[in-house]
Amino acid sequence: MPEINVPSSIKDLEQVQSVRTPIRMEYTFTPGVAAQTYLREFANKKILGAVSPVDGAVLVPPRGADPRYGALCDEFVEMPHTGHIGSFCVTNVPIPGRELELPYISAWIFLDGADIGFLNLVAECPPEECRIGMRVEAVWKPDDEIGMTAENILYWRPTGEPDLPFDEAGVRGWHVRGDGESDA
Amino acid sequence: MAAGGELAAVVGVGMTKFSATRGDVSMPGLVREAAERALKDAEMEWEDIDAVVMGKAPDFFEGVMMPEIFLGEALGAVGKPMLRVHTAGSVGGSTALVAASLVHSGVHERVLTVAWEKQSESNAMWALSLKQPFQVSINAGAGGYFSPIIRQYMEETQAPELIGCMVAFKDRQHALLNPYAHLHQPDLTFDQVVESPMLWEPIRYSETCPSSDGAAAMVIVNETEAKKSANPAWIHAGAMRSEANNFPGRDEVNPQASRECASDLWNQAGIKNPREEIDVAEIYVPFSWYEPMWLESLGFCERGDGWKLVESGATHIDGGDLPINCSGGVLSSNPIGASGMIRFAEAALQVRGMAGEHQVEGARKAMGHAYGGGAQYFAMWVVGKDKPTT
Repeated sequence: MPEINVPSSIKDLEQVQSVRTPIRMEYTFTPGVAAQTYLREFANKKILGAVSPVDGAVLVPPRGADPRYGALCDEFVEMPHTGHIGSFCVTNVPIPGRELELPYISAWIFLDGADIGFLNLVAECPPEECRIGMRVEAVWKPDDEIGMTAENILYWRPTGEPDLPFDEAGVRGWHVRGDGESDA
Repeated sequence: MAAGGELAAVVGVGMTKFSATRGDVSMPGLVREAAERALKDAEMEWEDIDAVVMGKAPDFFEGVMMPEIFLGEALGAVGKPMLRVHTAGSVGGSTALVAASLVHSGVHERVLTVAWEKQSESNAMWALSLKQPFQVSINAGAGGYFSPIIRQYMEETQAPELIGCMVAFKDRQHALLNPYAHLHQPDLTFDQVVESPMLWEPIRYSETCPSSDGAAAMVIVNETEAKKSANPAWIHAGAMRSEANNFPGRDEVNPQASRECASDLWNQAGIKNPREEIDVAEIYVPFSWYEPMWLESLGFCERGDGWKLVESGATHIDGGDLPINCSGGVLSSNPIGASGMIRFAEAALQVRGMAGEHQVEGARKAMGHAYGGGAQYFAMWVVGKDKPTT
């Protein structure tokens, strides 16, 4: 390789091997019909589920289509604000951009009548007392703070009612709730 | 034969040293290092290669869009067909299978396949926890996702609490036999694994994979070319399956796609009893408990018995009859996109008798396995010292 003549003023500097150049992108997100319908009602303190036209399975939050069959799910039902924990994680790792006291509990919440869970925060519950099958209820933000955001529900807390048995908690409950034939 | 058509075999394997930061090489330098070693092993030159198949984890990890284009020159792919494969964490395995399919189908005779990740120029944990619009941001990396699934397995099987620590300790011991492994912890004790902090309870720090830079490559050829090699690893079977990550009744612990992928694989390979007929397996275990979980799902034992295999020592290279992850596994090296290909390549090294200190004596049939996404994408192969008979 030909020799490069470096000005004497920088001759003794250490060579740069890499540079970090953080970048930022802003984008406009347009939710589909299912998410829009869900979010508009969520801003009215209502939780909607979508009903599968194939076997009546209820999907919360609505996803637009049944992930098993690709069938359009355009029928919505209003869900109760109670459910149970399908499973959970006690996390000791902070999430950037979110002030959460460690450890915190993230749990798959299955609303009463829903056939899939969604991940959410559980609080007012010491981690060692959290259980699969434990019944929980939503704790909402004050009414004047509620808006078009997923954070309207601050967290979920135990109701104190008896647990669901392990075999009926989370996805295992499908065999009890559903027709049980789809995954025979 | 597996996919029908031409027989295919691995005649070259190359890997980089895996480490937290490969600051001495760029991304092109990293993939080229593995590819050159694979070519050297295959006793081939760049011009001998007909096509290149590349895989890595999603582009937003390093923030380089379509890196296959940027890396084409480094991989000698200019003017040649080049394919990129995307199947999240299972991609290294899927990439090898796509490369093999180009040979099985008779389209190409000599294919170079490469998979890689440069985690030091990326932040995979947070790339996997991107805030989605209008969703609660609560998931802290892959550990946060897999912890609730592992918890269900533990409750379902009532497995002893320290099974996961046994797997982690075993894989770190295996890693000491592999000079390419990222984690070399000769002084690590079992108690240290047990006492390491809980990150995503029930997952401890020592039960998680490291974050690595690295690449793996293979040269896959047809039967005519394979005859020139002293020790080809014949591909006996290859299978891929996927499923959605959240649907009513989904078996998260033992996904249907995993079970069906394994069943297809064993059928293709003519294997009736995997525990008896497979000599060594490299299974994708980024969190320790996935070893017993996959042993069950893959049919190496009955459901609920995976932890018993671990507890009995059956999966240890020293004295076990089903050694798992003799290379140290994903728990000892995790360049994500490459991790699946390392499993496939290690299986090939074993049946070629080239695994060095972590060689399983007399290995004739080996399995390579990879999974990805929310345990929803699967890729598997069986390679053998002998040519497939059917």
